[in-house]
Amino acid sequence: MEARSPADWMYRFLLFPLGQMLAFIAGSAFILTLLAYGIALLFPEPRPNIVLADQIGRQLPGMVISGITTGFVYAMIALGYTMVYGVLKFINFAHSELFMVGSVVGFEVFLVFSAQAMLLTWHPVLLVAIAVLSAGLVSGLLAVTMERVAYRPLRGAPRLVPLISAIGVSFFMVDFVRALMAITRNDFNLTYPLNGVDWARAPIPLLIGTTTVNLRPTQIIIIVGAVLMLLFLNYFVNGTKLGRGIRAVSQDMTTAGLMGINVNRIIALTFFVGGAFGGAAGALFGMNVGTVTPFVGFFPGLKAFIAAVLGGIGSVTGALLGGLTLGMIESFLNGVLVYFPVFGQRYTDIFAFAVLILILIFRPSGILGEKVDEKV
Amino acid sequence: MTAIPSSLSPLAALRRLYRQPLIAGGVLLAYVALALLLLLNLDRRDVWFPQYTMLVFPLIVFAPFLVLESPLPTLAKGLSLALLLGVAVPLIGIYDSTYLELMIQISIFSALALGLNIVVGFAGLLDLGYIAFFAVGAYIWAVFTSVADTIFRTGFEFAPLTIGGNTLIAGFNVAPMAVAGTGLITVGSITLPLHAFYLFIFFGVLLAAVAGILLGLPVLRLRGDYLAIVTLGFGEIIRVLFNNLGEPGNITNGAQGLHGVMQPGSAFLIDPVNGIAGVMGVTLRTPAPVASQMLFYFLAIGIVGLIILLAQRLDNSPIGRAWTAIREDEVAAIAMGVPLVRMKLLAFATGAACAGAVGVLYAAKQTFVSPESFSLLQSINILAMVIVGGMGGIKGALLGASIVTLLNLHVLTNFALQINALRNIDYVIPAGSLFLTLALVTALVLYIIWRSTRSIYDAGQQLRSRLTGSVITLVLAGLLATRIVDFHIADWPSQLTPDKYQRFVFGILLVLMMLFRPEGLLPSARRKLELHREETVHEAEDIPDLDQRKTDDDFAAGR
Repeated sequence: MEARSPADWMYRFLLFPLGQMLAFIAGSAFILTLLAYGIALLFPEPRPNIVLADQIGRQLPGMVISGITTGFVYAMIALGYTMVYGVLKFINFAHSELFMVGSVVGFEVFLVFSAQAMLLTWHPVLLVAIAVLSAGLVSGLLAVTMERVAYRPLRGAPRLVPLISAIGVSFFMVDFVRALMAITRNDFNLTYPLNGVDWARAPIPLLIGTTTVNLRPTQIIIIVGAVLMLLFLNYFVNGTKLGRGIRAVSQDMTTAGLMGINVNRIIALTFFVGGAFGGAAGALFGMNVGTVTPFVGFFPGLKAFIAAVLGGIGSVTGALLGGLTLGMIESFLNGVLVYFPVFGQRYTDIFAFAVLILILIFRPSGILGEKVDEKV
Repeated sequence: MTAIPSSLSPLAALRRLYRQPLIAGGVLLAYVALALLLLLNLDRRDVWFPQYTMLVFPLIVFAPFLVLESPLPTLAKGLSLALLLGVAVPLIGIYDSTYLELMIQISIFSALALGLNIVVGFAGLLDLGYIAFFAVGAYIWAVFTSVADTIFRTGFEFAPLTIGGNTLIAGFNVAPMAVAGTGLITVGSITLPLHAFYLFIFFGVLLAAVAGILLGLPVLRLRGDYLAIVTLGFGEIIRVLFNNLGEPGNITNGAQGLHGVMQPGSAFLIDPVNGIAGVMGVTLRTPAPVASQMLFYFLAIGIVGLIILLAQRLDNSPIGRAWTAIREDEVAAIAMGVPLVRMKLLAFATGAACAGAVGVLYAAKQTFVSPESFSLLQSINILAMVIVGGMGGIKGALLGASIVTLLNLHVLTNFALQINALRNIDYVIPAGSLFLTLALVTALVLYIIWRSTRSIYDAGQQLRSRLTGSVITLVLAGLLATRIVDFHIADWPSQLTPDKYQRFVFGILLVLMMLFRPEGLLPSARRKLELHREETVHEAEDIPDLDQRKTDDDFAAGR
């Protein structure tokens, strides 16, 4: 089904995906706001002199925006999990390390910018694009190497064998980057040289109703960058010949091979695209948080996996939905739990896992996934 | 006996000679004697001591496996094992207690590897949060006997829980339960002597088994890879819980961990230890820690022995066969009437129970328990043990635990110590090492080609098909070698301490094992067949005479 007219093209590759994203964001934000006010009804004053409903009202725009930001990062990582799973039925445990490598590459690129005094003279859009693209390129190539060295020889082995290999790759990558950092700069905390750079750090006040929300510029960069890349991915998978190859291989590898598709090349391509998205997400994430370490991939990677499962693993739209929903859930939990003496934010990570376990019990195929019976 | 064919290589002839029990016994005796001699002659003040101990101590650790694999009669095997583990190791421990400490760690991790082997190897359920059960065992002993101000010592006042002005649960007080540091443990209104430690091992087993069932219940419907991630999540949840249960009611003392955990009494061992030390001509400045280590050593190998018995009995029982059926094909197992959920829960609970038992022991031995000791890294360590040794085999799990623990706590640590020692004397790596490195790598590449070659005509083709890999390896090795020559150890980056890079080592180890020997070093017969089915068939068709020779040999050995 190819696009017939420019209007059709616009709808399929621009308006529809944008509408989908908006719908996902609005939907999850609406449901979570209702839930938050429900909690406020149950516990009006969790601590003396703190009225929960007022606090929620004041923080709502901030929570939604930070939810969207985290959500897009999760969604971009989740895409890698879901695409690889779609093609190989295999969880690439090392995907979180591609994200980490992306954030480290982003740091190195910005270090070069800073050393060449380009940070303040070049246009921010150009700088961000260079950093994100190089992070994506390095991570994508790394993903292809991983597949070639550690996964391809194991294709067809029992399921646990490639998974254990992937765990090994993940562990190796963390310490490999750590060793590189130890040799080159004897330090593992990599701080992006963005402090004091106005376009990245000066807060942007945003007036919503009567309250002012201070946006971080990097949040806007993440949202815009992620939306652009997701639009591109949608076009790539659904509108190009290579994308059709990926879809064909994920439906039936053997038949796709018989139809003249080079299966190995398509699998490598899938790893490249997934890895590149993970790496780009890493660079965007690094710009936002400021400091990254070789261990930075673990939790975002795990949560992105949860997001992929939540949306329905194997489905690209599902990864987007899952990522945005999980980001929102986390942001709201952070915003509400802060006021409770017993729980508090320390347990946010646990809630993500609770979400995972609940989905796996009640709807193992995820929100958008199709139920697949195991073949005997 | 058939006559030895003239075409037999010297290696095969030696192997045939080793099949004679008497010769094998003599070789083993000589081996152990040599290893002991080397070990006892090491000098701690020597600059190269870390390197020597790194190489020599593993000889002792692997001796029991050589005995197990030898053709000795069962009684002789048992006796030699008892002598090795019951006499030789304690003597080494009195001579230098670091070795005893290592043996305790190896025993503890052996128990963990055996427990995980039940879950992963027998039942085929990949559990990445296994360390959580170990943590449960460790904390059950630590919360009651630590000197930290937990609610068990200070008592606790529960504030009333109100929702919308209505009191749901009235507030109440809990009196102090444990009186730590006094030699007595008070639980509720019962006061127990310190020997309650042994009782707590059973509590640890029970609680960990219950935790295993609780964690198992919601996730057992999942397929292998999902199960792995969910168990990983559970492991993290338990760690985060222990990390955060320091407030509002201080149960686990949070991230600081519980210090001053009590140890079971070992005073009765001080005199014997001193006596033996006197006979050996060693003076112990502080005999009490050595005595307590001795107690823990024997407790640990006792627990390992029990778990080995348990695992063997289970493996050969209807339960074990049900596990095998589930592992090989879940759908077929259900069709054959295997109660899937019950069997999976049983595997989870049994595995967890093993970890619970050694968890209690670990807490008492370390006298300190903190959430950091139970991270994902530890879970993967234990998984690496099971995989290196060979999933599904008991000997394999033990060998894997020995290798990985030695790597982790002995080889990497001593490597770091060696670097520090050389840094202090400003050692410069001599040029000879360039040629040594190149020669070694070339030999390795040639060996790999030779291994996969059947005839000399094949070699050229092999070389061509592996040309890219070989060239890359050689170039990298050459580059490395040029960097190594004249390298001042003092310039070694201070952050690059090998003992902090376990992930690097175990990551490579896992990938290499999966690529080249997924069945492990000491594979169980069934697992080997499963992973190499096609190759075995292929080889058997390809080279019939080799196969023939193998059967002849087996015949000669009386199999």
